[in-house]
Amino acid sequence: MAEELEIKELADVVVRFSGDSGDGMQLAGNIFSTVSATVGNSISTFPDYPADIRAPQGSLTGVSGFQVHIGAGQVYTPGDLCDVLVAMNAAALKTQYRYAKPNAAIIIDTDSFGPKDLEKAAFKTADPLAEMGIDSDRVIACPISQMVKDCLADSGMDVKAVMKCRNMFALGLVCWLFSRDLDVAFNFLREKFAKKPAIAEANIKVIQAGYDYGHNTHSSATNVCRIESKVKTPGRYMDITGNKATAYGFIAAAEKAGLKLYLGSYPITPATDVLHELSKHKSLGVTTVQCEDEIAGCASSVGASFAGALAVTSTSGPGICLKSEAMNLAVIMELPLVVLDVQRGGPATGLPTKSEQTDLLQVLFGRNGESPMPVMAATSPTDCFDSAYMACKIALEHMTPVVLLTDAYIANGSGAIKLPNLAEYPAINPPYVPEELRGEWTPYMRQAENGVRYWAVPGREGFTHILGGLEKDNKTGAISTDPENHDLMTRLRQEKIQNIPVPDVEVLGDKDDAELLIVGFGGTYGHLHAAMDEMRAEGKKVALAHFKYINPLPKNTAEVLKKYPKVLVAEQNMGQFAAYLRMKIDGFVPCQFNQVKGQPFVVKEVVEAAKAVLSK
Amino acid sequence: MNTTDINAKTNAEAGGACFKASDFKKGQPRWCPGCGDHFFLASLHKAMAEIGVPPHKTAVISGIGCSSRLPHYMATYGMNTIHGRAAAIATGVKVANPDLTVWQVSGDGDGLAIGGNHFIHANRRNINIKMILLNNRIYGLTKGQYSPTSPRGFVSKSSPYGTVEDPFRPAELCFGARGHFFARAVATDAKGTVEILKAAHDHKGAAVCEILQNCVIFNDGTHESVYSKEGRAKNAIYLEHGKPMIFGENNEYGLMQEGFGIKVVKIGENGITVDDLLVHDAHCEDNTLQLKLAMMEGPDFPVALGVIRDVAAPTYDDAVTAQIEEVKAKKPYHSFAELLETNDIWEVK
Repeated sequence: MAEELEIKELADVVVRFSGDSGDGMQLAGNIFSTVSATVGNSISTFPDYPADIRAPQGSLTGVSGFQVHIGAGQVYTPGDLCDVLVAMNAAALKTQYRYAKPNAAIIIDTDSFGPKDLEKAAFKTADPLAEMGIDSDRVIACPISQMVKDCLADSGMDVKAVMKCRNMFALGLVCWLFSRDLDVAFNFLREKFAKKPAIAEANIKVIQAGYDYGHNTHSSATNVCRIESKVKTPGRYMDITGNKATAYGFIAAAEKAGLKLYLGSYPITPATDVLHELSKHKSLGVTTVQCEDEIAGCASSVGASFAGALAVTSTSGPGICLKSEAMNLAVIMELPLVVLDVQRGGPATGLPTKSEQTDLLQVLFGRNGESPMPVMAATSPTDCFDSAYMACKIALEHMTPVVLLTDAYIANGSGAIKLPNLAEYPAINPPYVPEELRGEWTPYMRQAENGVRYWAVPGREGFTHILGGLEKDNKTGAISTDPENHDLMTRLRQEKIQNIPVPDVEVLGDKDDAELLIVGFGGTYGHLHAAMDEMRAEGKKVALAHFKYINPLPKNTAEVLKKYPKVLVAEQNMGQFAAYLRMKIDGFVPCQFNQVKGQPFVVKEVVEAAKAVLSK
Repeated sequence: MNTTDINAKTNAEAGGACFKASDFKKGQPRWCPGCGDHFFLASLHKAMAEIGVPPHKTAVISGIGCSSRLPHYMATYGMNTIHGRAAAIATGVKVANPDLTVWQVSGDGDGLAIGGNHFIHANRRNINIKMILLNNRIYGLTKGQYSPTSPRGFVSKSSPYGTVEDPFRPAELCFGARGHFFARAVATDAKGTVEILKAAHDHKGAAVCEILQNCVIFNDGTHESVYSKEGRAKNAIYLEHGKPMIFGENNEYGLMQEGFGIKVVKIGENGITVDDLLVHDAHCEDNTLQLKLAMMEGPDFPVALGVIRDVAAPTYDDAVTAQIEEVKAKKPYHSFAELLETNDIWEVK
C-alpha cells in the first residue's frame, strides 16, 4: 500500500455494476454516470437485465448488470469490457466476470460469498477466485453487507431496508476510485427520495462510508484515477435513455406542429418505458391509451390520426406482427402515424430483454399488398430524440405511416444530451386542405410538388368524406376496383414515399482514400464508429457510412457504396440491410459481418472482421 | 337520473340548426334488395336528423362486412376500415377529438368474432361511442358461413352438418363486459329503431344497439318471428322505462317475477292485474333483471325490444380529458422547454 497516492489520468473507463436484480445496480450505475457527466465526461450506459421478473435471490439467472462508460473525449459505446467489475454476490462474479478486462479491478461483497451463495452460483470449491483464475491482487474484497449494517445500526431501519443500501456502498467505493465529487450524488438522492428524506440520508451515509473505506484502505488493487474532460461543448446537459429521448422527440414534434399527441399502446418489453414516459406528461396534453392489445394500440392510433392528432403507437417486434394490418390501413388511407419498434431478440417471444436489428425486413416488407412505408433507424440513445422528431415530421408532412426503429440496446442505454432548443428544429407543416378547395376537394387530391394528399380533419364544415381500407378512385375518392386506377394509386403511393427528401448519408473517417468502408444502420453506430477509430489509430484507411434513413435511402447511397474498394456491412441480424442494399443498388456485393447474440457488438470483434476483409 | 349527453339537444333546442334525413344521405347503397341494411340505414339517417348533430361533427366508423359499407352512404365524416377493428379505431377518434359524435357500425362477425376483444373493452372502458351491431347471424360478404351468433346446429357452407358450438348472445356479452347501455330493435321497425338510436345518442358512454335483421340470400327468415309488424305484436315486448311490461296482440299478456326468474302471465287470469306486473327500470344499476329480459326468446317468451339498460356512468373520454386538466393544474410544466427543466441538468462551461 503506497503512502502517497498516485493519481493516474485515464482517457476512459468502463465500470460494470452487477448483482441480484433486486440489488439496485441500475440506480448505482445511473448515479455514477450522472456524477461523471456533471464534470463534463461523456457517458454511455447499458443495462443488461435478466428476462425473469425476479429470479431466486443469489441465482445465476437473477443477475442484473449495468455498465457505464465514461470518457474524457467522446465515447460511442458502453464499452466492450470493463475496467472495474462490481460483483455484489457470487452469482454476479460467476456470470459477469467474462465482461471484465484481464487486468480489471474486481470489487466483491465478501458477505455474499458464503457456502450457500457459492452453491447457488454453482462454484465447485470454497475459493471462487482461484476457481475462476482471478488474481487476488486485483480484487477489492470488502465485507460490504456488514459494513452497511454497522453504518446504519442506529438508523432504526429494519434489516431489509438496510440491505437495500448495499449498492450505495459499492457506489461510494467506485466514486473514490475515480475521484468523483459526492455532492452530486447526494443531491441526486435527495431529489429522488424527496418524499422519504430518511431513506435519502441513509443512502448518503452509506455512500460516504464506501468512499471512506476506499480512502482508508487505499484499495490496494488499483490506483486512483481521474478522467478529465478534454472536449467540452459548452451548454446545459442531461442524461437520457433512448426510450425517454424517443418520448421527448414525440412531445417536441407535437408541440412544434401544434397538435395533440396521442399514443395508443400495449405494454411490451423493451418498449414499455415510452408508454410510461408519455403517460407522465398529461400536463402537456399528452393522451395515452393503454389498449386491450397491440392491434387496438395501432388501430386506435389510426383513429386518432383521422381525428386530427399526432398519433403514435409504440411496440417491439412481436407487436409489429399484430400492428401490420392497421399500419397498412394507414398506408391506403394516407394518414400520418408513427410506429415505434424497439427491436428485441426474435423470432416469436425470442429474447425479450435483448437487442437485435432483426425487424428491418419486417417493417420494410411485412405487409400485404404494395405497402410502401418510410423507415428510419435511430443511431444512439440521444439520437432517438432527433429521429423521433423527424419521424413525426415526415409522417405529418407526407401523410404516411412512418416506422422508427430503435433497439433494446439504445432504448435502455443512455447518453448525455445537450438540452434541445425547439426553436432550432425545423417547422412541421401538415398539408391541411386549403379553404379555397371547398366544394371541389376530394380525399385523394394531391399537392402537385410532392404527391401528398390534403388532410381534412373531422369537425370542419364542408369537407366531410369517407376513407377506408378499400382502394379508392384517384379523382372521386369513391370505392374503385378499376384496374387502371388501382395501378395508378399503387404508383402514386410508391412515388410519394420515394420522393420524400432525406439528408445524404455522411461518410466519416478516411472518406477520400479509405480502403474499407464499414456500413451499418441504427443502433450499432457507436460500436462501428469505435471500431473505425481503433483501426485508423493503427494507420488503416477506413471510413464509416452509417444509415439512419432506410426508406427512402439517401440520394447519395449508390455513389458512397461504390466509391471504396471494399465494403463491409455490419449488422445484428443475418444480413437484412445488406440484402436490402443489394436489392436497391445494382451490382453492389458487400462483405458481411453478422451477429445475432442479443448483445451489443464487441468493438474488438468488429475490428477483427474488418481487418480480415482488408487482408483478403 | 340524468343520462343526457350535452350534444343530445333536439333540433329546436340546438337553436334552429334543423336537419332533414337527406342531409345525412349520400350515394346509392349496393346491398341486396330486401337486405336489413337498407331499413337500418334509412332509420339512421332519420335518427341523426332528429338528433341534430351536424354531419361535419359526426363520424361513422365501420369494420368490414356487408353492413360495414354503411359509412359510404353517409354524408358525414367516416371510415370503412379493416375487419373487426371498428371499435378500437372509433375509440381513437373519440379520445383524440371528443367534440365528435362517433358511431361505430359492425355486423355480428365484425363486432363479435374478429372484433370481440374490442367490443368488450369498449364497453368496459365506457368510451362514449354508439356501437351498432347489425345482427343477421351470418357472414354475408364471404357468402354464407356461420357467425358467432348463429345457433347451435346451424347449417351453412362452412358447417354443412350443422355447427357444434354455441352462439354469443350480444346482450350477455355487453353486460358481462360491464356495459351500461343495451337496446334492441328490428331493422324493419323504423320507429323502434329510430327511438333506440336516439336513446343511444342521449346516453353518455358506450351504447350498444343490437339490430335484428334479415339476410335474404344466406339466412332468410332468421328473425322471422319478430320481423313483421304482426309478428312483433305477438312475439315481442317493447320495454319502456317506468312502464309495466305488457305485450300481446291485445295487450293481454304481461311479465312477472317468479323466484329468480321471469314468467309470462295473462292479465285478468288468477286475479293478476297490471299492478302485479314488472315495471321496467332501465336505469337500475344491478343488471340482473335487465339481462333476464334481454335473454328472453320464443316460443315461451317474447323478444325484448327497446332500451333494456341505460345506466349513467363516468365515460372514458371524459375521464381522460378531466385527468389531463387536473394534472395541468397541478404540475408546473406546460411546454417542452419546461419539461426539460424537470430533469437533473448540469452545465458545461
